Amino acid sequence: MVSITHLSKSYRRGDQVVPVLRDITLAIPAGDFIALMGPSGSGKSTLLNLIAGIDKPDSGELLVHGEDITRLGEADLADWRAANVGFIFQFYNLMPVLDAFENVELPLLLTPLSRRDRRERVETALSLVGLADRMEHYPNELSGGQQQRVAIARALITDPAIIVADEPTGDLDRKSAEEILGLLRRLNAEMGKTIIMVTHDGHAVESARHVTHLEKGELILG
Amino acid sequence: MKIPLSYIFRNLWTRKLTTLLTAGGMALVVFVFAAVLMLDAGLQKTLVSTGSRDNAILLRQSSQTEIQSAVYRDQASLLETMREVARGADGTPLVSKETLVLTQIPKRGSDKPQNVVVRGLGPLGIELRPQVRIIDGRWFHAGTSEIVVGRSISEGFEGVAIGQRLRFAQREWTVVGTFDGGKSGFDSEIWGDVEQMMQAFRRTAYSSVIVRLIERSELTRLQDDIKGDQRLILDVKREPEFYAEQSRTLSTFISILGLTLSIIFSIGAMIGAMITMYAAVANRTTEIGTLRALGFRRSSILVAFLLESVLLAIVGGAAGLILASFLQAFTITTMNWQSFSQLAFGFDLTLHIVAVTLVFSIVMGLVGGFLPSVRAARLEIVDSLRAA
Amino acid sequence: MYYLKLIFKNIFRHKLRSLLTMVGLVVAILAFGLLQTVVNAWYAGADMASANRLVTRNATSLVFSLPAYYRERIKAIEGVTAVAVSNWFGGIYKDQSFQNFFATFAVDHDVFFDLYPEFKVKPDELLAFKKDQRGCMVGRLIADQHGFKVGDVIPMTSPIYGGGTWEFTVRGIYEPKDETTVTRQMYFHWDYLNEQMKKRFPKRAESAGVFIVQIADGSRAAEISQAIDKEFRNSLAETLTETEKAFSLGFVAQTEAIVTAVKIVSFVVIVIIFAVVANTMAMTARERLAEYATLKALGFSPGFVASLIFGESVLISALGGAAGILLTFPIAAGFKSAMGSMFPVFYVTGATVAMQVAASLAVGVLAGIAPSIRAANVRIVDGLRYAG
Repeated sequence: MVSITHLSKSYRRGDQVVPVLRDITLAIPAGDFIALMGPSGSGKSTLLNLIAGIDKPDSGELLVHGEDITRLGEADLADWRAANVGFIFQFYNLMPVLDAFENVELPLLLTPLSRRDRRERVETALSLVGLADRMEHYPNELSGGQQQRVAIARALITDPAIIVADEPTGDLDRKSAEEILGLLRRLNAEMGKTIIMVTHDGHAVESARHVTHLEKGELILG
Repeated sequence: MKIPLSYIFRNLWTRKLTTLLTAGGMALVVFVFAAVLMLDAGLQKTLVSTGSRDNAILLRQSSQTEIQSAVYRDQASLLETMREVARGADGTPLVSKETLVLTQIPKRGSDKPQNVVVRGLGPLGIELRPQVRIIDGRWFHAGTSEIVVGRSISEGFEGVAIGQRLRFAQREWTVVGTFDGGKSGFDSEIWGDVEQMMQAFRRTAYSSVIVRLIERSELTRLQDDIKGDQRLILDVKREPEFYAEQSRTLSTFISILGLTLSIIFSIGAMIGAMITMYAAVANRTTEIGTLRALGFRRSSILVAFLLESVLLAIVGGAAGLILASFLQAFTITTMNWQSFSQLAFGFDLTLHIVAVTLVFSIVMGLVGGFLPSVRAARLEIVDSLRAA
Repeated sequence: MYYLKLIFKNIFRHKLRSLLTMVGLVVAILAFGLLQTVVNAWYAGADMASANRLVTRNATSLVFSLPAYYRERIKAIEGVTAVAVSNWFGGIYKDQSFQNFFATFAVDHDVFFDLYPEFKVKPDELLAFKKDQRGCMVGRLIADQHGFKVGDVIPMTSPIYGGGTWEFTVRGIYEPKDETTVTRQMYFHWDYLNEQMKKRFPKRAESAGVFIVQIADGSRAAEISQAIDKEFRNSLAETLTETEKAFSLGFVAQTEAIVTAVKIVSFVVIVIIFAVVANTMAMTARERLAEYATLKALGFSPGFVASLIFGESVLISALGGAAGILLTFPIAAGFKSAMGSMFPVFYVTGATVAMQVAASLAVGVLAGIAPSIRAANVRIVDGLRYAG
């Protein structure tokens, strides 16, 4: 599904050039559930960003489902993300002024679907994450775990090729974290979703099929 | 722009205090802007409605006002013979010879006397102004020292009630009626018998002559005939246009002063909008990043924030307009510099003014919101997601 | 001192926001100051009036003239030291635009400048003026505006006196004694006007517009005024004599409505900027709640916390206001030259500056109240929850 070849990325800080990823080569098969781990500054989040298409590498090739996204222009990349990537963030990143339904509906507004079709899909997605009865609640009326579930529903709604999760359980208590991880496992096992997750959480790692370590911008095989 | 409008509306609704203060500032600017436009429109309306398109007014050449003009008796008699002049049922030429003077009367609530126009005219003069009618008392009798006062005079000045006497030109004049001038300049005048006025003020010439044209289109012919006659060194104008010209200086002054003020004030309001929108962008950086990650374009972000700013401005603009509409209850009486006398006029809210004001509001919203919206659109996804 | 530095640094934590707020303040305080200056300038003519001068005019109306021979009779009244005739000529130079307008008077050339010590004239120029019947004296303001020099010929037309083009030779330029002196008038020989009238309109000859009367003792103004008017009671043309100040104010009073409107509007701009500053401070306080909670947790008093934001509000307003006040002076000077002779006396008074200071402080204080109360009352627990 995801084929990374000789990927490199560095940041400028003043006149200094700080390398974040050095020559990464990695293959993630379709249907995989992979956890990226590493200490702070290891480049794991950057790698995730590159795979998700929200950042561009300095050099290398990044193929997702056969398409080299490093060659796409900004506008095309945006369209590509809308169709192919589902996002799950540590702090849920829901729009506070939209209710659960509207938050999940957001990605569908970028498609030509009719209002009725959108409604159908949103309801299905929210049922899947067990929040069908909370459709009209606003984020500040939902617990952390519930908000993350809404976010997951949003991530699924366009039936994307890959789901990227950046510390999905980072802000949750034990119980909620378990629920979320259970949900992710189901998505992977039952729906065959390819999930790439960055995490510090030991429990989260246990849910994944494979673990990859990064240190100082390089892959540590293990 | 695919971002839902509900996102835009509700963001304004959530920050109520900020929205209130920012829209409030804009409302005040719009109020001033609309008030000035309404005042100028009111001035124009009053003067334009003074006079009828069927009438022509004749004055001494290059007099700008009736007060400055003099039309001699022989000239006036000649005018009665002109072929463009309409005649009454009994064959009398519909020509009114009038004399205009200024007298001073104290305004209500003050002891400072103000210049007021006194117009001497005859029954033909009243006939030539069909929009004027008596609302209290009666018309003055010819050949007497009776006078009638216009509505604005009776409301705004002292000592002009029916039965009271005014003293000017060494005579006492009794008020016998109040007339309604149809919201025109006549409302600010006092009318009396022309021959009595001429005697009292020791005048040998009339100020102006008003004639009813047999047809509106006859004006040009009349102008040509007058030009051709050596004895008649007179200007001929259509009555409403003459009065409209009278207000030109005052009108220009109001417009320039008012518009300058509005523009300066709008700078303040736009700065307010800019501050608010910059804060909105700063507070919603993560949301912007998320929207971009989800696939929304930079242009959508730009338009969304611009719309938010414009919406804010429209709310303020509507509030300001509604406030301004209450001004229609007020009348201003001030000196019209050209005629040197007091003129009462009100605030007139026209559809045109509503439209212009809304456009003004929208422009304020666009200008104030532009830079912040550009900043929002230019954010890099990774940076904005990182800024928690 | 540390405290002040702390507040100052806080202001510049958010450079753009603080800068925008201050720009808004500058614009508002500047506009406020200019408008107040316009209001003062409106009354300027009256300020120049001398306590030792009276104006005698036709009691019926200013529009009517007085017989010129009244001159001798007024001079004979006890307490009067000099009398000069003055007729408003209403001259038009080039065209009727604002830019080209200046006041023109026909005066008694032999005594007029004795009555106006505020006009500083060079003896040789005055002599030349007196000798040339077609000569004129122009004020410094007009000379500068139109580039008139001694020896230039000024062609003018008069809608009041007709007669095609009149030509006047500049014989002298009079300078103002101080800031209150108005120098936008042109004066020429009344004899010249009279002579022309005798030729063309004999009935209008020997007429005076008003008489300027100089008296020895200013405190006797009322008494002497009455004496003059008594002299002409029951004659062909009764007179009304008043102090020059009252006469000037009489004009201004007629446009009082406009002046009042300008005064009101000048305060509206302060309200607008208050809304902007209040919004800025409210947003800033809200964003810093976590900091205030932390400070309180560390043991700082609520008063201290409140004073931080309050001090910031006052300081921003003081800085913006100060810049606005400083800018008022050069802008006012520029405005004066742009308005031509409309406002011959136009300068920023101490009272205006005091009001600007008061307005700035008021805005700072009022805008700071609500946010500082909020900051003082923040519950430590709630405030800390706001953080990240």
